[in-house]
Amino acid sequence: MTALLKREILLSIRAGGSALTGVLFFLAVVSVFPFAVGPDTKLLSHLAPAILWIGALLASLLGLDRLFAQEREDGSLDMLVMQSHPLALTIFVKALAHWIMTGLPLVLATPLFGVMLNLSPLGIGATMITLLAGTPAISFIGAVGAAVSVKLPRGGMLISVLVLPLVIPVLIFGVAAITGALEDPAPFTAPFLFVCAITLFTSVLGPLAASIMLRHSAD
Amino acid sequence: MKLIIENLSLSRAGQEIVTDISFELSAGEALIVTGENGSGKSTTLRGVAGLLPLSGGSVTLLDETGKQFEGETREYCHYLGHQNGMKPALTVRENLDFWQKFCGEPDLTIEQALEEVDLAHTIDLPFSYLSAGMKRRVSIARLLVSDRPIWIVDEPTAGLDAQSSKMFTNLCQTFCKGGGILIAATHLPLGIKTEKTLEIKALR
Repeated sequence: MTALLKREILLSIRAGGSALTGVLFFLAVVSVFPFAVGPDTKLLSHLAPAILWIGALLASLLGLDRLFAQEREDGSLDMLVMQSHPLALTIFVKALAHWIMTGLPLVLATPLFGVMLNLSPLGIGATMITLLAGTPAISFIGAVGAAVSVKLPRGGMLISVLVLPLVIPVLIFGVAAITGALEDPAPFTAPFLFVCAITLFTSVLGPLAASIMLRHSAD
Repeated sequence: MKLIIENLSLSRAGQEIVTDISFELSAGEALIVTGENGSGKSTTLRGVAGLLPLSGGSVTLLDETGKQFEGETREYCHYLGHQNGMKPALTVRENLDFWQKFCGEPDLTIEQALEEVDLAHTIDLPFSYLSAGMKRRVSIARLLVSDRPIWIVDEPTAGLDAQSSKMFTNLCQTFCKGGGILIAATHLPLGIKTEKTLEIKALR
């Protein structure tokens, strides 16, 4: 399984650098907001947690459509599915590699983009922690979407439509936790623990659901 | 070791492709599957490899004492399909190294396996740089780096020149002599002594 993780990471570095693509897309989404909202820094810093989360959410969806479709095209999927390792574990590792190469760079880029949105240091810290805890859930839920659309030539759009409604809870609790950290009466711990719970829950359920889907979509 | 296929039926998109295929293979035996295009050769092979749900019949693998092997039959198979299953962005060594570690049961080293297919000089080249025939030979080398008692190969010599086909035939003979079971969809006579043939007729 470490071999699979190593291969996935190597592939995303070699094949045009998906990590960089995600961060650039994140930058594009985040940097258009100040232009749309106008020069009101107070409003901007109030909106910043939501903007950062939406940007991270959209950027995390990048590359999900290639997760299994590419393996199927070059014939690797057959061999991945045939082995004695549990298929869910293989999918878990692939989703984890996807997060390391798209989700994690977004977390690391957050301080820079937070400054652009006039977010306080405390807010930046809270955003980083909630993104760190929440973005893996996007990859795990995304794996299900990728498995469903594995046979479709243009599955990217379908994956977004399938995955976005399912990751809305992560978004709600993620932004709520940041608001909790910044404004006094609102709690931070409770929504943050919800984010962690969703990630743990989907890390088990997502790969299992995707493995059932992949077994049944064999052709 | 004995691979028993009984009354195998497979369908795709609700349409029956092959029905009632039965055969038995013991260690060291080879089965050559023939048939015209579209008759269901690949479907049969994928069914045996556990890549397609069976719509009828069974695939069982027994050991010498007649006991069923643990787990699914597919876990004991190497499958070489129409695609090579290699990543163009990785080098030949990285590709084979991954499959060796992922499949487990290492057999030949990567250098030895490439030597067998006469491609030792390409070990550090990206897979995408190779010609179609060389890519095929690298994926044949994949069969050698991990030890599996059953090889299921679908048109293995597609794109290979006469010399490379001969080389593949030799590899198959060695594999069967070592007690392996080979199922191949090919028009090439493999020259294995205990060779059975199965002709699949298209259902129309």
